[in-house]
Amino acid sequence: MLRFLAVRFGRALLTVALVVTFAFVVLRLSGDPATLILGPEVPPEAIRAFRESWGLDEPLWRQYFSYFGAIASGDLGNSMRDGRPALELVADRIPATLALTVPALLLKIGIGIPAGVYAAMHRGGPIDRTVMLVAVAGFTVPSFVLGLVLVMVFSVQLGWLPSGGRDTWLHAVLPIVTMGVGGAAILARFTRSAMIEVLGQPYIRTASAKGVPWGAVIRGHALPNAAIPTVTIVGFMVGSLIAGAVVVESVFSWPGVGRLLVVAVSNRDLAVVQTILLLVAATMVTANLIVDLLYGALDPRMRRGAGQGAH
Amino acid sequence: MTPLVAISGLSVSFDGAAALHGVDLSLAPGEALGLVGESGSGKSVTWLAALGLLPPHAAVSGSVRLEGAEILGAPASTLDRLRGGRVAMIFQDPASSLNPVLTIGKQIGEALALHRGLDGRARMAEAKRLLDLVGMPDSARRLSAYPHELSGGQNQRAMIAMALAGRPDLLIADEPTTALDVTIQAQILELLASLRKETGMALVLISHDLGVVAETCDRVAVMYAGRIVEEAPALALFEAPRHPYAEGLIGALPLLDGPRRRLTAIPGTVPDPREAPPGCAFAPRCPKAASACAGAVPALTEVGPARRAACFFPLRSTPSRAERKVTA
Amino acid sequence: MTPLLEAEGLARVYASRRGVFGRPVAVRAVDHVSLRLGRGETLGVVGESGSGKSTAGRLLLGFEAPDEGEARFDGAAMPPPGSPEWRRLRARMQMIYQDPLGALDRRLTVAAQVKEPLDIHGIGAPEDRAARAAELLAATGLSARIGARRPHELSGGQRQRAVIARALATRPDLLVCDEPVSALDVSIQAQVVNLLSDLQAELGLAMIFISHDLRVVRQISARVAVMYLGRIVEEGAADDIFARPVHPYTKALVSAAPAPGKTGKRILLEGEPPNPAARPSGCAFHPRCAVAVPRCRAEVPSLADLGAGRRAACHLVAPLSGQEAA
Repeated sequence: MLRFLAVRFGRALLTVALVVTFAFVVLRLSGDPATLILGPEVPPEAIRAFRESWGLDEPLWRQYFSYFGAIASGDLGNSMRDGRPALELVADRIPATLALTVPALLLKIGIGIPAGVYAAMHRGGPIDRTVMLVAVAGFTVPSFVLGLVLVMVFSVQLGWLPSGGRDTWLHAVLPIVTMGVGGAAILARFTRSAMIEVLGQPYIRTASAKGVPWGAVIRGHALPNAAIPTVTIVGFMVGSLIAGAVVVESVFSWPGVGRLLVVAVSNRDLAVVQTILLLVAATMVTANLIVDLLYGALDPRMRRGAGQGAH
Repeated sequence: MTPLVAISGLSVSFDGAAALHGVDLSLAPGEALGLVGESGSGKSVTWLAALGLLPPHAAVSGSVRLEGAEILGAPASTLDRLRGGRVAMIFQDPASSLNPVLTIGKQIGEALALHRGLDGRARMAEAKRLLDLVGMPDSARRLSAYPHELSGGQNQRAMIAMALAGRPDLLIADEPTTALDVTIQAQILELLASLRKETGMALVLISHDLGVVAETCDRVAVMYAGRIVEEAPALALFEAPRHPYAEGLIGALPLLDGPRRRLTAIPGTVPDPREAPPGCAFAPRCPKAASACAGAVPALTEVGPARRAACFFPLRSTPSRAERKVTA
Repeated sequence: MTPLLEAEGLARVYASRRGVFGRPVAVRAVDHVSLRLGRGETLGVVGESGSGKSTAGRLLLGFEAPDEGEARFDGAAMPPPGSPEWRRLRARMQMIYQDPLGALDRRLTVAAQVKEPLDIHGIGAPEDRAARAAELLAATGLSARIGARRPHELSGGQRQRAVIARALATRPDLLVCDEPVSALDVSIQAQVVNLLSDLQAELGLAMIFISHDLRVVRQISARVAVMYLGRIVEEGAADDIFARPVHPYTKALVSAAPAPGKTGKRILLEGEPPNPAARPSGCAFHPRCAVAVPRCRAEVPSLADLGAGRRAACHLVAPLSGQEAA
């Protein structure tokens, strides 16, 4: 078990390192931060000085290694815009983002999984068809379109809810709903197909044949099996808690990590962008690790080293 | 004597395609009945329908009485008490018929909790006793094993232990040995026979293999395209089949001893239920078909002592040894 | 005369791991298999799961290279898989599997697939090939109307006929059938078994018929080899071997085979089907054998010639003397 964890952890670190490297290369090849931040009309000496002070005049490989060295010692660099430590800048925004993504995640799970299970149990019926129609709509309409429609209806027409900003909890309602609906749709579809697959398995018939009441068959036999594939999608959703709100934060001018990322990218604020990407990769990888461990808990066939030797 | 189970006029159709056309079948307490037929003959559907185990889109009609009480269309709570209780069922491919995420002990224990009200230590002790009864090696440790940790034969033993949990009067075994190796198949058939002797339960053995059925059962019903076409004492059926399809099936079976002869293959294939021929469904493949066969469906009628066949021109035969014994 | 196919000491060893971090174990899926097959002969190979019968089939066809030993086809060593020489040899030896749907291309009509090997191996004039394909289909009992269909529009028996027609297209000398009728219903199984028997006799094909079903194997084969955990444990004439089995495993198999009207006590084998990754010492069958003696645990019995065309690998079996056998 320990060895399994060590291998997975090593793989996770490698994934993060690859993401950081990719971000480093792309950002440096796609535009000069000096001209972008200082503007085109700045004298060449100023640009040279800016580059020197941020180490941008060094060869790329040396920048890369000194950057990696700094990360390893916990220094993620400073923002080129206002000179504050990038990590601090990003950390300031995390609570705002979580205030949207955590309730949205609960909404996705709370609606998506029951809807999917219910639809699977009443496959082909009117409720199944309605759930799936809503799910297809929720999953094909991009979140910015849905967000704008919600603003049109609830802010502009009805005037019930604010359309942007982050002053009261009311401001969070529309962004949370926007994110939650799309995610719930994805989860409902996924849960439904996982559940339909499981309900067709011979062991479900066996459970009925031994006299288990249908409700208990669903709870005790079908759900534990359908949970195995569903956990993958939920894990992915947990992994995007930090950065899953880029579009919605922009639509509702919500001052979270996502907005910060958009601004930082357009400014080529390297340290900030890299810090966010590092954070995103780390959450994703952590979520994946948790999913792997959950697989082991949910599915005895995935467990290794324990209780073998039956043959 | 009241039969243990009496099925009459049982019909099933799936989305308009008939799978079962008015099956009549009865079973005495403690009797072993074999049900043979090729895929699509309706042998499994008959019992799944009788126990209400078909999916909701199946249309079922007719009557199924268990010791005189109608169970077809009975409320779910009645059926749940019955299934796994008085009537237990085991299936082909034991590995996928057991829940992969639950231990063997839990799956047997669930049946014990439902039908015997056992819990805690008593439940586990009884589960272990059942595993011992079905000859599971190292039963105490197997209680905490998962199906994937056991072999096919061991999983089928676990299934049988689970079926015995409710002390059934009837065990329906649906192709219980089809997925197993020959030597393991022999072990399981032997186990079923000895359990029947010990508990006195009745057995319905569903199989496509005439040899398997012949050895284990007293009486055999042959099904074709959703109907019973012949019913007879096992030995009598093999010595002198009366329905041409039963004769064809026997002739198609290669033997392990005696001189080798050419197999009598039945030409053609089983009809699609949506394009069933008028009249006798076997007529298009039957070497003895006459014009009458296309006109009407032959009824299952008495053709000898304890024998019924659904054929306008049942095969004539000198009374077999078994029949002589019956008449004597 | 040189036999068509000759195998000497064939062995195939796989490395198998228990779990992700388990130590790799060498599994001898096939061990020390030697046999000869003459032109037009049929050899049945029976065994349960883990007996190595399918792997043996692939080694004999040259689909896999053996780790030890050698297979010779028509007097020449089997060329390495994938070589041009090997590819040419494919036309002379064909294989039929259990699952015909998996063996057929679902996008092409059956007739087109029967014609394909003629194109690949350049057999006959291009304009005659369609007629030859129709002829092959007819020989396997498939009409032109069925030839125009795609595999999923056919029944299981029809698909297996199509696979047989395709295998015969190149007029092979050797046909290896691996459980060709196991997935078919009894009445259809009989049709395909009869078809294979007829074709074998008409075309003078040599055939290796691999199956777990003793009854079908006896029906179609002149000679039968029984395998257990990768080794041949008994070999003999089909009628003889099942009527008077000498190896305790063959005896148990025969006794286990269901048959109508069978009476008397069965020999029930104890225990589970064997696991190739945990091969018992000595005679691999000894843990399940009712008559095993200490020697069986220590020493692997060799496949000894018992006379009368019979070979068996058992310490307790004496040579068959003239009339009194076993």
